[in-house]
Amino acid sequence: MAEEKKVVRKKIEATVQMNRYMSDYFYELNEADKTRNRKIAWCTSVGPAEILRAMGFLVHFPENHGAMLGATRMSTDMIPIANASGYSPEICSYLTADVGAYMKGVTPLSRAYPGIDRVPRPDVLVYNTNQCRDVQDWFAWYAAEFKVPMLGIHTHRGVKDVGDAHVASIASQMKALIPQLEAISGNKFDMDKLRHVLALSKECSTLWKKVLDTASAKPSPITFFDGTIHMGPAVVLRGTQTAVDYYNLLLAELETRIQNKVAAVEGERFRLYWDGMPMWGRLRDHSDLFAGAGVSVLASTYCNSWIFSAFDPEDPFNSMARAYTELFIVRADDAKEAYIRRMIEFFKVDGIIYHDAKTCPNNSNCRYGMPQRLEALTGVPSLTINGDLNDLRLVSDEQTKTNVEAFIEQLEEK
Amino acid sequence: MKDSQPVFAGIDVGASRTKVVILDREQQIIGRAVVKSGTDFEAASRQCLTLALDMAGRTAGQIAKAMTTGYGRKNVAISQESKTEISCHARGCYYYFPRPISIIDIGGQDNKIIKLDESGKRLSFKMNRKCAAGTGAFLEEMSVRLDIPLEDLDGLARQSLNMVELGSFCTVFSATEVLEKIRQGKKVPDIVKGLFFSVIKRVMEMDSLSEHVVMTGGVVAHNAFLVLMMEEMIGRRILVPEYPQLTGALGAALYAMEKN
Repeated sequence: MAEEKKVVRKKIEATVQMNRYMSDYFYELNEADKTRNRKIAWCTSVGPAEILRAMGFLVHFPENHGAMLGATRMSTDMIPIANASGYSPEICSYLTADVGAYMKGVTPLSRAYPGIDRVPRPDVLVYNTNQCRDVQDWFAWYAAEFKVPMLGIHTHRGVKDVGDAHVASIASQMKALIPQLEAISGNKFDMDKLRHVLALSKECSTLWKKVLDTASAKPSPITFFDGTIHMGPAVVLRGTQTAVDYYNLLLAELETRIQNKVAAVEGERFRLYWDGMPMWGRLRDHSDLFAGAGVSVLASTYCNSWIFSAFDPEDPFNSMARAYTELFIVRADDAKEAYIRRMIEFFKVDGIIYHDAKTCPNNSNCRYGMPQRLEALTGVPSLTINGDLNDLRLVSDEQTKTNVEAFIEQLEEK
Repeated sequence: MKDSQPVFAGIDVGASRTKVVILDREQQIIGRAVVKSGTDFEAASRQCLTLALDMAGRTAGQIAKAMTTGYGRKNVAISQESKTEISCHARGCYYYFPRPISIIDIGGQDNKIIKLDESGKRLSFKMNRKCAAGTGAFLEEMSVRLDIPLEDLDGLARQSLNMVELGSFCTVFSATEVLEKIRQGKKVPDIVKGLFFSVIKRVMEMDSLSEHVVMTGGVVAHNAFLVLMMEEMIGRRILVPEYPQLTGALGAALYAMEKN
């Protein structure tokens, strides 16, 4: 029988330390939730966490919780609960999984961290629509549930070139949050504290970029699938020394791998770029599917989304506004295409996988002809696979497998 | 002693039917068979292989190499090696039509559009999404709803004088729409032609087509009228191989020969 090859994964040693840091982060939030000794803010994954940290909040990220629901494959059972209460199966499945889990009174945190039985209760919810409009509706549900204030930043979308007008608009919205956050936190805003947090965030971002850039080595020491796990600290601990310490550790290990020619995927034959969200409940299956064929999916738009090169502690508000608007997801298609072309060259990729995530249009970049345009420009072939970030009802494993295998056969015949 | 020479087997274990092609050293098809895949892919593939070998007048011991393909390609013990149906259909079609082609394959459970260049190299491929719209499963479901044997659909569609156009690709929604058309007094041949047109429209939105178009698959093999309708739609002749249902198995046999 044509059996699939058993895949032996190379463990990243730093993972042990990352798990400790993540554990400390969740237990600290849990402690604050139980004792109310610290104020808790909920924040969207791409800012403005730095402002919240500088004002003394502990920060919970619902998107991180959504990803945990997906990775533990709890999400598909939770989504219908939110659907039944009026939240469509067509909208963000982070939102529906997260709200559904809350309604059912369960959380993946309980499985990973004994003693934690719920997500930490917020004192304030702060969103930025740079990811999508769904985050606003998501936070609005919790604002009503917990009867706490919800604040937000409304980002421009489809931006071709980030100009001063965009930056000024976002910076002024950020500044407008301050008086309200002062009232909620009971702390006076301190510019020096913000500069300090931003300097740490910048350092985290620089190190995270270096970590991801190690994938340009042949063979690559890291895969996209590793990246989706190791980006945890860049999301939830950005702006702390802990995140900086972690990425120094991880980077050193990956650089040693490069020196010793240690490949993340044994016998790397082809190098692929992943565009779009991961399918959280299928991370291991997809990692095995590609690695088993000697294919390294080594870089992605998604993991790169937590690189904020524009951060400047000397000019906090304007630089945060610029960094959070320069993001791939906020940009027009021509800026996105130029970006992916740079990635193709830098990471020396043989092909691109586009994940068309049914419930995440903003992270599905294959819906307006981009794969066809890029292929015509670069000659690099691509494959679009249909699925979803969290709703496994929208995933067909057999079709994904056949499509991926056929794409690899196409690369072999090239 | 030609009959004692080794042969090559291609086994296409599809979601609906299992197909086998036996090739001799000169790449001639000397045996072929089609059976229902059912739920036991192993048994179906063995039965199909036996039938094809019988037709070829050969024994299993004479198979120099076999290759599996199709939905159940990794579920049968006959061969250690497999290739996806995308590669095998491409190879099988290029065997008949060695030129730049766009292949439309309509199978029991999926549709494919595969584009090849003049050397037979694959340029791109598309498969249907997680949806049975426009596949053999769509027509099977409709034949049940209309209480018409599947094999009668082609003849009925040819009798249509005033095709009923259906608005939806979706199997479930189309079934409701068909019932509505029956209530309105529409004629069955006109509805069946409408169903065929629905299949064509679904395929046409999957990808663009190059100049030379080849159609294959079980649905094409059993519904030749579909090809005529597609020709009318695109305004040019469509190429159909000798055994449109067997191009995947043929491609697998050609790969087996190449790998030997």
